Amino acid sequence: MDFAKLKRRLYYWIHQIVNILLRLTWHLLHVTIHLCYFAINIANALESHLISKGLLRRYKSLHISKLQYLAIVIESEDCRTSNVIELLQWLADLGVKHVCLYDMEGILKKSKDFILEKFDGATLFQENDVLLDQPLMTLEFASFSDGKEAVAKAANVLFMKYLKSGSTSSYQGEQIFTESQMGEALKTVGGNGPEPDLLLVYGPARCHLGFPAWRIRYTEIQHMGPLKSMKYGSLIKAIYKFTMVQQNYGK
Amino acid sequence: MEGAGHKIGFSALMSMLKYCYEFGVRYVTVYAFSIENFKRSPEEVQSLMDLMLEKIEEILKEQSIVNRYGVRVIFSGNLKLLSEPVRLAAERAMLATAKNSKAVLSICVAYTSTNEIMHAVQESCEEKWDEITLLNSSGAGYGLISLGGYEQDEMDHLIKLTDIEKHMYMAAAPDPDIIIRTSGETRLSNFLLWQSANCYLYSPSVLWPEIGFRQFLWAILNFQQIHFYLDKQRKQS
Repeated sequence: MDFAKLKRRLYYWIHQIVNILLRLTWHLLHVTIHLCYFAINIANALESHLISKGLLRRYKSLHISKLQYLAIVIESEDCRTSNVIELLQWLADLGVKHVCLYDMEGILKKSKDFILEKFDGATLFQENDVLLDQPLMTLEFASFSDGKEAVAKAANVLFMKYLKSGSTSSYQGEQIFTESQMGEALKTVGGNGPEPDLLLVYGPARCHLGFPAWRIRYTEIQHMGPLKSMKYGSLIKAIYKFTMVQQNYGK
Repeated sequence: MEGAGHKIGFSALMSMLKYCYEFGVRYVTVYAFSIENFKRSPEEVQSLMDLMLEKIEEILKEQSIVNRYGVRVIFSGNLKLLSEPVRLAAERAMLATAKNSKAVLSICVAYTSTNEIMHAVQESCEEKWDEITLLNSSGAGYGLISLGGYEQDEMDHLIKLTDIEKHMYMAAAPDPDIIIRTSGETRLSNFLLWQSANCYLYSPSVLWPEIGFRQFLWAILNFQQIHFYLDKQRKQS
């Protein structure tokens, strides 16, 4: 009897020790990954420095005309307006004409007037400004409520239209609405700007944080790291990578 | 040989699924065929449909991966766009695996995210319409069909976000934690745009038929590094 109890105790302790060892291995693995990323970041910082000094030939000429609409997603907690204005200045220097600034909580939207005041190279984006060549940059501000909630509002708009049209016969299974009608409805509720070609994410993770789903069908998404460690060279590299991409659109 | 790459891609899919289920991943979603892919050459589309039919039949066999791991198979997308034999096979597969409860495999066929959102909006409108008609016919409508019956504020909120979300093709699965897009492509191509708000987007440069355990493990380790942050974001939204 005693022997059985002893055996159970032994197995229990072996199990605990193995668990602790596994956990230690897991933690060690993650520490190693952290160190790898640290080294990669240093290499990237060096490369950005070289790019911004114009020493890397590849990045000297940027086909910026390919970039018609740029969206920037910023982590809400990192949203320092000084950094945002500096970033906008870099974009203006590169010749980017249309920019959409997005953050989940709408902090950028609230500081819209302040940003437009401090950065005098831009005007607020209007619906019919789409892709026209203008001397000033157009700026659009978006937040999480321009995504899913805008779709709900657009659904209500479409529903009202459906009721008004008086088509009371059952259309079960038939396509009542088309995607272009949805796009129009989104425009009326103010949630449908142009589709960005490139989306830069300034935050801890490569994640679009709820940017309006309807607009990012074929948008290239690139992760730039936290906003406070933004670099001019990384920006050029990201835009260069974008200009090299070829899209098939499913074909 | 037409479709050879797709066949190898399918075996890559099977091995990835095995890794997922061994690791305890309960919900896996696969982008098999987009509505945009119908624009490809008819030969390629036909060979893909034939491959799909063949593999669906395989799935229904006893020793297949879905039965071994208790996987419920769901086909998400506008199935009406598929040819009759493929659609019927898909429906049979969904019925046959309906009782499995250990994991869920969503296969997106004839799917685009914008089509999914549109379809969900349409279903919500039809449901709301049926609701109003019912109220009206039972006399409790007070003329709700005529718009004068509602305040403007109420009219703007007849259809709620929750109504739309429950009609999504992907409603059976929670929002994904990781989306893997191979070939180094950094776009989502109309895949899970609605559900990927707080999801880690991983873009390995490897091509899909070559994907292996290494990339899978790397995706999970990277996800674990930012898991805390993504969880916090999810709770906030």
